[in-house]
Amino acid sequence: MAKARIKVPKSVKKGEVFQVKTLISHKMETGLRKNKKTGKMIPRMIINKFVCNYGGKDVFVSDWQAGIAANPYMAFFVKAGDSGPMNFTWTDDDGNITKKTVNIKVSG
Amino acid sequence: MSEKFMTQKYRRRDVLAMAGTGVVAVAGIGLFPGSAQAKHFPRHIPVAQAIKEKIGDKPTKSGRITIELPQIAENGNTVPMGFEVDSPMTESDYVKAVHIFADQNPNPDVATYRFTPQSGKAKISTRMRLLKTQNVIAIAEMSYGTPYMAKTPVKVTHGGCGG
Repeated sequence: MAKARIKVPKSVKKGEVFQVKTLISHKMETGLRKNKKTGKMIPRMIINKFVCNYGGKDVFVSDWQAGIAANPYMAFFVKAGDSGPMNFTWTDDDGNITKKTVNIKVSG
Repeated sequence: MSEKFMTQKYRRRDVLAMAGTGVVAVAGIGLFPGSAQAKHFPRHIPVAQAIKEKIGDKPTKSGRITIELPQIAENGNTVPMGFEVDSPMTESDYVKAVHIFADQNPNPDVATYRFTPQSGKAKISTRMRLLKTQNVIAIAEMSYGTPYMAKTPVKVTHGGCGG
């Protein structure tokens, strides 16, 4: 399980477009490096999919390749709807899923 | 024994004659096109092919999308990269997806970001890998109409991507 961190504003106004910052610890092995001792290629092992679900909808999805740096940081925007959970999922090449949920507080 | 020796000698002479006329050299080029590049990066895909796989043969326009990248990246392993697309992000007019390419990376396809009207803003900041000095290309696919493209050169002092 990779360790993930999310940062969202403490509270937002309805209709406000706010920034969501995400960070997950992952080596993002490219599959192009050689093990110096054995001379064998190290197999690719990256997170290839990120999904942000809010208000029952996948509001933002991204597909990653090996060109994304290790310990992927990503900031994106979401428009505030109703108060409720925002769910994040990261899926890697082995099918391991890391999940994280934050609560969005919408005022006014 | 002596007969076998003769055969081998004949064959060798035959090959030498062929090399003299350039037959062998030509055949060699035909069999291994671009072998020097292939040896170094077995999975290098041309950027045009990677773009075609994502958006097809659609022509692209310039404008509406801007890329934020440093002019010089000291460490190619982690280069801060961002982009913003000028769009009202309404149900009828929004950015469907943005594709990022790095034309000299072993795999030029870097990432695809899929937006919805609920995204509010098609703006991303992240960190990418760059093998060497090259162009970063961003293509924005709109909910309707022509895709928009932007291209930014980055100078890389120390390459990423391992190897």
